[in-house]
Amino acid sequence: MRKAQGSWEKRILKSLNSMCTELNIPLAQKRPANEQKELLNKWNEMGTDEPDLSLFRPVYAPKDFLEVLMNLRNPNYENGEQPSFRNHLGLIQVPLKVKDIPELKEDFSELGLNIGQLGIDDSAQVPPEFFENEHVRVGQKVLAEQDSAAAQQYVRQGCPTALRADLWALILNISNQPEDILYYEQLKSNVIQHNLLVDSLIYKDVKLTASNDDYYFVFEDYLYQVLLCFSRDTSVLEHFTYSSATPPKSYIQGKLGMEEYAVFYPPNGVIPFHGFSMYVAPLCFLYHEPSKLYQIFREMYVRFFFRLHSISSHPSGIVSLCLLFETLLQTHLPQLFYHLREIGAQPLRISFKWMVRAFSGYLATDQLLLLWDRILGYNSLEILAVLAAAVFAFRAVNLMEVTSLAAAEAVLADLSTLKVMPLLQIFLFATVT
Amino acid sequence: MAGKVKWVTDIEKSVLINNFEKRGWIQVAENEDWNFYWMSVQTIRNVFSVETGYRLSDDQIVNHFPNHYELTRKDLMVKNIKRYRKELEKEGSPLAEKDENGKYIYLDFVPVTFMLPADYNLFVEEFRKNPSSTWIMKPCGKAQGKGIFLINKLSQIKKWSRDSKTSSFVSQSSKEAYVISLYINNPLLIGGKKFDLRLYVLVSTYRPLRCYMYKLGFCRFCTVKYTPSTSELDNMFVHLTNVAIQKHGDDYNHIHGGKWTVSNLRLYLESTRGKEVTNKLFDEIHWIIVQSLKAVAPVMNNDKHCFECYGYDIIIDDKLKPWLIEVNASPSLTSSTANDRILKYNLINDTLNIAVPNGEIPDCKWNKSPPKEVLGNYEVLYDEEMAQSDGTDRDLRGRPGQPTGVKGSRARDSGKPVLTTWK
Repeated sequence: MRKAQGSWEKRILKSLNSMCTELNIPLAQKRPANEQKELLNKWNEMGTDEPDLSLFRPVYAPKDFLEVLMNLRNPNYENGEQPSFRNHLGLIQVPLKVKDIPELKEDFSELGLNIGQLGIDDSAQVPPEFFENEHVRVGQKVLAEQDSAAAQQYVRQGCPTALRADLWALILNISNQPEDILYYEQLKSNVIQHNLLVDSLIYKDVKLTASNDDYYFVFEDYLYQVLLCFSRDTSVLEHFTYSSATPPKSYIQGKLGMEEYAVFYPPNGVIPFHGFSMYVAPLCFLYHEPSKLYQIFREMYVRFFFRLHSISSHPSGIVSLCLLFETLLQTHLPQLFYHLREIGAQPLRISFKWMVRAFSGYLATDQLLLLWDRILGYNSLEILAVLAAAVFAFRAVNLMEVTSLAAAEAVLADLSTLKVMPLLQIFLFATVT
Repeated sequence: MAGKVKWVTDIEKSVLINNFEKRGWIQVAENEDWNFYWMSVQTIRNVFSVETGYRLSDDQIVNHFPNHYELTRKDLMVKNIKRYRKELEKEGSPLAEKDENGKYIYLDFVPVTFMLPADYNLFVEEFRKNPSSTWIMKPCGKAQGKGIFLINKLSQIKKWSRDSKTSSFVSQSSKEAYVISLYINNPLLIGGKKFDLRLYVLVSTYRPLRCYMYKLGFCRFCTVKYTPSTSELDNMFVHLTNVAIQKHGDDYNHIHGGKWTVSNLRLYLESTRGKEVTNKLFDEIHWIIVQSLKAVAPVMNNDKHCFECYGYDIIIDDKLKPWLIEVNASPSLTSSTANDRILKYNLINDTLNIAVPNGEIPDCKWNKSPPKEVLGNYEVLYDEEMAQSDGTDRDLRGRPGQPTGVKGSRARDSGKPVLTTWK
């Protein structure tokens, strides 16, 4: 796994460096004084003064990453079994251990049919006395006591919209102290002083994704304010101690290969890919103060999101999620799985992008937030794979009738009307296995 | 009785025509026998004007009230609301209560407004009380942001002064009348940008008042960051949210069109400000719409051949107070994005389902009480008949924010123990 991650990283860095050479732009450069002043003035509206981004392209897109994952093989693994229907027919061929539905039911027991959920039991037809009022009351109590562990348990049943921002901050241990605000301001001044090549990548990504999104276009300027600072935040490097990835290095001009002249590039070690800004966008609905928004995002990244774009064997890593998705589908909807495979529409080809983005930009925002409640509550990303499988199960009838990958994509193109909690509940607890 | 509805329209928009055609209605010309005529405001003026003496028969309905301008002309709307408030005050109604500064507690929802040139002197008096304020000048009879500008100095509107010797402006014909309103320079900003709300309200009868609010309203965002700075008073991209203006901006996006759904707004406000203040805001929005309709109801020609779908423009300030900016009789049926087209198509569909029951040839004598199932995305905003009955059929346990149901206590200052209801 580490070897694969290593060679993937080499590829990304090579791509970044060649873009740099092609466009004759340095990876990093100090800004002249007048440019610094200008940027400071328009710090709150960077979205309106677009530089020429036509020559930039994202360093990679999720589908490039999928190609790498598909080719992962464990050279130590001897699979002596005869090829048969029971073998794994999906794209991921690495034998990681993933959970089955009985295990998932146990893990996600709070999503059971007899337990109240926000996203189900707060709909307009259900009287609030049944569940919602009491749930809100408990939430307020958890916040009053500032009990982080209780909060994590609580959000498994969903956060009331008015309490969500505070509950997430409590779980992520973000309190926005003066020193945190100062740290953010320091990052901001780093942005003003130095121009990084990745800034253009960030700019391009926002313009390609969030700016065109019905829900998130309003927050475009916040995204720059968060992501430009994020690239310069060396504290993010700490997460590499528990990640299979290593931060890319670059060398001061002319000193290639000399370790004393190596720096991490970008300073936070994370090269953004196409869609990266969508990790931040939904958070803008909850936090409108830039330094708090920043800290929440950073913590979400180093706890969860980094696993979605690095190769590891962790149960919440993207490889495991893909395998979990494929296994769930193959085991519980074998006819559908087989049919889609036959017509050249491997299900993972469609669901991969949902999982890499943690469904941001695919679901309606209120539904997405309910999903992310559970990510925080269960401290795991496995729910993304379960939801992906549940979506396929929901649209199974239509999918059985398609005869091409394009048609399958079309059936699954619009998830904006889906209600995630009923889908998850039915898939886990109400499907005959 | 088995004939198909015959329709005419002056407004060639696909969202209309597709809806007529899908009902199997038959298009006819204006001079033929028709049952349903979607008119422009010019046509309605002609139809009901004293000279033409047009008489509509029982099986004909139109989409405007004859004197809708009592609500939809900026100066008349303000005039009617002022009159309504004074009447309530005279009756000693608790709704007309004022606070210690002399401002109406419950009925202060229109920014201070004067007609020009008629009230020029009154305006100057008000302006001088607060000389650093900004005011917005709007021509009474125009739409889509045309002719609007901001001022912060008396000299900028000299020509409306009635005493002005240099005034080339002599005629007081209503075409050139302006209103000047206190500009709301502290709008609620989201993502740093100003926005307003467009809400659709269907009125089927004014006496008794029966109106419906379309659940799928939207916010219209400016493409440029808001600033109250005086150097940007001329920049209409900062201040005017009309799509007709914004779509010429450099940053206008054709995918989302700068529009947000009202449910996004609600989610954002609940998440960042809390549920109570958000519910209160939406309650107040419903309240001001109903009050504006009640204000004009006595002067409206409640012709039984008429219904009307209004476009209400509302701005929310940073204290989360909603302000009624204006009411449009002919809200735009042009679609700026794909979502927009779907929304407007459904709007017309639901409107027709209520105004022309079962899609059959109408009988204007019907009781205008459609069954709940046909409302579609409309919900009852106010039904005067139901409110005046003892409410035995009403569901009082509605979810917060829904307009039917007991209104939150407005009697907080008057010391009355009873909750004020929509009644």
